[in-house]
Amino acid sequence: MSATARKSRHLLPGFGLTLGVSMLYLTIIVVLPIAAMLLKTASLGWDDLWRIVSSRRSMAAYSITFSSALIATVFNGLFGVLLAWVLVRYHFPGKRVLEALVDLPFALPTAVAGLTLVTLFSENGWYGQVLIPLGITVNYTQAGIVIAMIFTSIPFVVRTVQPVLEDIQPDIEEAARTLGATRWQIFARVIWPVILPAFIAGCVLSFARSIGEFGGVVFIAGNLPGLTEVVSLLIYIRLDEFSYEGAAALATVLLLVAFLTLLVTNLLQSWQLRYMDKSR
Amino acid sequence: MSDATPRPARTGTEILLIGLTLVLTFFIIVVPVALIFTYALRAGIGAYLANILAPDTLHAVFLTVLASIVVVPINIAFGVCVAWLVTRFRFPGRNLLITITELPFSISPIVAGVCYLFLYGSQGLLGPLLEASGIRLMFTVTAIFLVSLFVTAPFVARELIPLMQQQGGDDEEAALSLGANGWQMFWYVTLPNIRWALFYGAVLCNARVMGEFGAVSVVSGAIRGQTNTLPLQISLLFNDFNVAGSFAAASTLAFIALLTIVAKAALETRGVGTGGRH
Repeated sequence: MSATARKSRHLLPGFGLTLGVSMLYLTIIVVLPIAAMLLKTASLGWDDLWRIVSSRRSMAAYSITFSSALIATVFNGLFGVLLAWVLVRYHFPGKRVLEALVDLPFALPTAVAGLTLVTLFSENGWYGQVLIPLGITVNYTQAGIVIAMIFTSIPFVVRTVQPVLEDIQPDIEEAARTLGATRWQIFARVIWPVILPAFIAGCVLSFARSIGEFGGVVFIAGNLPGLTEVVSLLIYIRLDEFSYEGAAALATVLLLVAFLTLLVTNLLQSWQLRYMDKSR
Repeated sequence: MSDATPRPARTGTEILLIGLTLVLTFFIIVVPVALIFTYALRAGIGAYLANILAPDTLHAVFLTVLASIVVVPINIAFGVCVAWLVTRFRFPGRNLLITITELPFSISPIVAGVCYLFLYGSQGLLGPLLEASGIRLMFTVTAIFLVSLFVTAPFVARELIPLMQQQGGDDEEAALSLGANGWQMFWYVTLPNIRWALFYGAVLCNARVMGEFGAVSVVSGAIRGQTNTLPLQISLLFNDFNVAGSFAAASTLAFIALLTIVAKAALETRGVGTGGRH
């Protein structure tokens, strides 16, 4: 933005109107409901809150949720970089179809994804009839949770890494090549450091999405307490049992994870902007 | 990369990486989508139509479309409003406003539902007050609309903000200095400049409203034939062991998802959505 545009900031109309509407809307639709939930949790008192969030069943749910999300994120990090690399660097028939398909997991409702996956891996399903005789059961095990998390968060890493990869100037790589670097060295020393902030940002988003995922997971996980009960499912179960305190406390834990995610991605964004400024 | 020079022969690494990508994408994305339509149409087109036209499923379709008709325009208006505000003016609290706008995107849908429950439910902050005046929001269609507004609040704004930031306000200032009033400037300058990004944001918003499951399942009560949206109906039919019925319902949403990615691919050739995150 030019300096003149910044100086004339109140030349354009609509500041009061858009500020008023935005603040009113955000207050009613976003802030008030979150505040209501935090108030409910605060009314529990420290001891009750601690008892709920540190109960054995909650701890088991955190452990299943976080470990599954971690495995899913590692897979999607690798798969995402592979997809971004192939989409940016290579030309091949069907590339545009692949480009479009990558977004499908975001466009497809999570309940549809869940229904489809549980059917695929069921005894008579297309994958299940091959895997189950081999002794690999996916439905109602942690593997199912991981697969549902992978499916629902595939696009995050691709879509954050891809634009950065597109922006890399070929002359940097050429310079490295003329200086005698191998292709692997070029990737590890020249390309990787540039895409790293975007890669981490994509992974954080993917991890956060997996932690909170419900629709995709609920079909395939079953609800075996301590085995396949993820946090979002445990919240739902608490609501079903009219245990509102339990639901509020656990939802607050997930909310804090969301805040943390937002903080980390914002920090990474400013890191990335600095990086891009330096490379110009 | 320019295509003017003839492409060099593919290296082994290139073939390996492309092959690996295509195989993984086939098994992870293509096969599941194929399964939806195969299972939906397995018993023939007649049975398929009968499943879609079952009264409860048809009502779920109606409610899902209604939610989209109510929610998408409101969030388009909000998205344009907040994008104008943060890209054309600097003011204290601007970053906070952007963060709050993006907040619903990182919140688990279940948590979104719980938030609304503790605001409007009988256990909640305003619930008892509303009940005293005879208004019930929880487990009604209104609650579905409200929670969908929450979940999709950032969708249009997120597409518009990077674009409008990049465009700057020069065109609009020119229009004003040539004597246009505020609304003329908006209709004839701003809107044409942002229309494809706006449309794209609306398409994404629509896909999410129609497909939202976690948040809606908390606040709707999932009453058959009353507050059951399509994703909830899918789950209900599946739990009733009506696999054909649930896949018939799922196929309608999968079809909309396919339309969404086709729209995205078409809009990308117009330079939309390339800078946006999801």
